[in-house]
Amino acid sequence: MSRIGEAFADGPAFVPYLAVGDPDYESSTAYVEALAHGGADVIELGLPFSEPVAEGPTIQGAVTRALDAGMTPGKYFEFVEELDVDVPLVCMTYYNLIYQFTTDDDERKGPRPFVERAAEAGIEGFVVPDLPAEEADPLREACDDHGLDLVFIVAPTTEGERLERIMDRVSGYVYVQARLGVTGARDDVSDRTDDALGRLEDWDVSEQGPEARRTESNGVPKAVGFGIKTGKHAERIVEGGADGVIVGSALVDIVAEGHREGRPAEAVAADLEAKARELKEGAASGYAQRVPEPEHT
Amino acid sequence: MSTSKFGEYGGQYVPEALMPAIEELEDAYERYVLDNEDGFMDEFRRRLRDFGGRPTPLQHAEQLSERYDAEVYLKREDLLHGGAHKLNNALGQVLLAKYMGKDRIVAETGAGQHGTATAMAAAHLGMPCEVYMGERDINRQRPNVFRMRLNGAAVNTVTVGRGTLKEAINETMRDWATNVEDTHYVIGSVVGPHPFPVMVRDFQAVISEEAREQVRERAGRPPDSVLACAGGGSNTMGAFHGFVGDEDVELYAVEAGGSSLEVDEEEGVAPNSASLSTGDEGVLHGARTKLLQDSNGQIMESHSVSSGLDYAGVGPELAHLVDEERVTPVTVDDDRALEAFHRLSQEEGIIPALETAHAFGFAHENPEQLGDVTVINVSGRGDKDLESVIEESAKRDLSAAPDMDVFDGGAGL
Repeated sequence: MSRIGEAFADGPAFVPYLAVGDPDYESSTAYVEALAHGGADVIELGLPFSEPVAEGPTIQGAVTRALDAGMTPGKYFEFVEELDVDVPLVCMTYYNLIYQFTTDDDERKGPRPFVERAAEAGIEGFVVPDLPAEEADPLREACDDHGLDLVFIVAPTTEGERLERIMDRVSGYVYVQARLGVTGARDDVSDRTDDALGRLEDWDVSEQGPEARRTESNGVPKAVGFGIKTGKHAERIVEGGADGVIVGSALVDIVAEGHREGRPAEAVAADLEAKARELKEGAASGYAQRVPEPEHT
Repeated sequence: MSTSKFGEYGGQYVPEALMPAIEELEDAYERYVLDNEDGFMDEFRRRLRDFGGRPTPLQHAEQLSERYDAEVYLKREDLLHGGAHKLNNALGQVLLAKYMGKDRIVAETGAGQHGTATAMAAAHLGMPCEVYMGERDINRQRPNVFRMRLNGAAVNTVTVGRGTLKEAINETMRDWATNVEDTHYVIGSVVGPHPFPVMVRDFQAVISEEAREQVRERAGRPPDSVLACAGGGSNTMGAFHGFVGDEDVELYAVEAGGSSLEVDEEEGVAPNSASLSTGDEGVLHGARTKLLQDSNGQIMESHSVSSGLDYAGVGPELAHLVDEERVTPVTVDDDRALEAFHRLSQEEGIIPALETAHAFGFAHENPEQLGDVTVINVSGRGDKDLESVIEESAKRDLSAAPDMDVFDGGAGL
C-alpha cells in the first residue's frame, strides 16, 4: 500500500489543500507546515495554472496571487523539496502544466518528465481536475513507473460505466465531489454527498475486471471534497461513510483574509493550524459516531 | 462512436462532472446531426432558410477582381440573419438542446457575435439564455451587448484576467459544471472537447457546401484559393470543410497578427492571436491544440484589434490541417486589417467585421497567391465595430481611412 493509502488506514483522513506560493513562497511554506501540525494526514499542494476552470472564486484568487508572486513549476518542485513535513503530498494541477514540462535531460512533451521530477521532489500522487479517465492513460502509466498514486474525481453525475472506468484507474484515494459546480466553501452539506458515497459503496470489486486496482479488501478510500467548511461538516460527512475529508477553499479563505488585512504570516499560520485541528477533530468525531457495520459472514 | 481526435489534436480534457453531459451530447450529435433522427437536420435546414435567410449569395467583387487581377468571389455570410456566420452554429446547437430536452442555454462570447446569434436562436426557439462576456469586450462591443438583452438573454460580466474570450469560456464552463443536468453549453467555435469541434464544423459547413456549388456555377470551375479569417476557427472550418478534399484548392487561414508576433514571456502577453502560425501544442478548454503559452504552459493573454479573433487557442482540426500542410496559416496585423476594413467599405460598399477584414488584408498584400479564382469568406458585417474603428483609426495614419477630423471638437456623426 502506498503512503497515501496508509494515511487512511487509522481512522478518517483529513486532506487539506493550499495553492503553493499564495500569497508568496515563504508564507506558503509556513502555511503548509501549519496544516501538518494541525493534523493533516495527506496534503494537496496546488500548482497554479492560469485557467483554473474547476475552481470557484476563492481558489481562483489564490491562483492569481501565487502566479503574480512568480510561482512556476520549477519553483513548485523546489518548494516541495524544502518543506519540512512528514505527510504524503499530492500535486493538484491542470494537465497542460504536466504536459508541457520538460527538463534538460528530457525534452519530450507528455507527462513523463513532470512525473519523474515530481517523484524526485517528494510528491507521492496527483489529482488533475481536467483529466478524465478517457485521457489519463499516459499519466497513469508514468505514475505506475514511479510508484505514484493517481487520484480521480468522482462527480455527482458519475455513474455506471464511467464509474468503472475510473475505479479501474484510481489509486491513493477517490476524490468524491460532493456537489456539482466549482470549488468553494459552503454553509451546508450537500445531500448528493450521500448519494455519491452510496454509489461507491455499491461498487462491487468482485464484478470488476482483472485491471481493477481495488485489491485491498476495503477498497480505495473515499475522500469527500467541494464545499466543506467546518468541523461539523467534516463530522457529518465522515459519519455518512467517508474515509476522509478534503478541504481547500475554507483554508484559502484564511490565507486570503490574512493577505488582505496585511496580517503577519505567523498569525495566519496559527489560524490555519487551528482550523485544521477543528476539521480533523470533526472527522474523528464523525467516525466515532458511525453505526458499527454488521460483521460479514 | 465518432472519433474524438484529429491526429494528435482534440480529445476531451474536461472535469469529470461534465463528462456525462459530453457523452450525452456525443450521442445526440450522432443521432440527430449525423443520422438525421426525428428529421433534426431537415428542421435545422428549414429554420436556417426561413429564419436565417440561407442560402447566402456568392458575389463577384468587381473592383477587387480588377485590382488583384483575379476573379474574386465573396461568400456573403454577413447577410445571414444577425450579420455573421455565427447563427449557423447557434441555431443548430440551440435546436439540438431542445431535441435533447435541455431547458436552459449558456454561451460565451468574445466580439458578441456568437452571443447575439445564440440569444436570437434562443428567443426564436423559446429557450432561456445566459451569455458570459468579458468586461473588456463588453466595453468594446456595446451594441452587441444591447442586442443580446433585446433578445431576452442575460449578459453576465466576467471580470477576471483581461476580461476577454478566454476568461468568458472559463466562466461558462464553470456555469455548465454547476447546472449540467438541465443546461446545454452552446460553444461558439470549433474548439472545446469532442464532439464540439466536429459538431460546430458540421453546422458551419453549410458555408462551403453552398460556396462550392455557387463558384462552380459562376466561374465554371473550382477556385484556386479560399480565404477566411481564423480566431477559434468556426468560419474558417465552415468555409474550408467542403474544399478540404479538393486538393488543388489552396486554403488560407488568416490569423490576427495583432501589434506584433513577438511574445513577452515576462508579462505573459502575446500581442497577437496567431496560435496556428506561432503557437505550440498544449491543452486548453477541453482539447489538445496549438496554443499561445509560455515555456511553463501558462496560457498567454492574446491581443487583436478585433475581439472575435482575440483568443489564445484554435480549433484542433485546424491545428491538424496545418500540420498536414493542407491549410496554410498566415497573419495580418492590426494596421493592415484596419486598412482593409476601410478599403472594402469604400471599394465594394461592404463594411466588414474587423475579423473579416483580416482575410481581405491578406488578399491585398498577397494578390499573387490568390490564383485566377478565389473565394473570400465575408464572415460578418462591421456595424458592431464602428466604435472601435473610429477610435483605432484616429490613432493611426491609415491611407484608406476617411478623414477623421470630423470627430474633433465634439462634432457628432
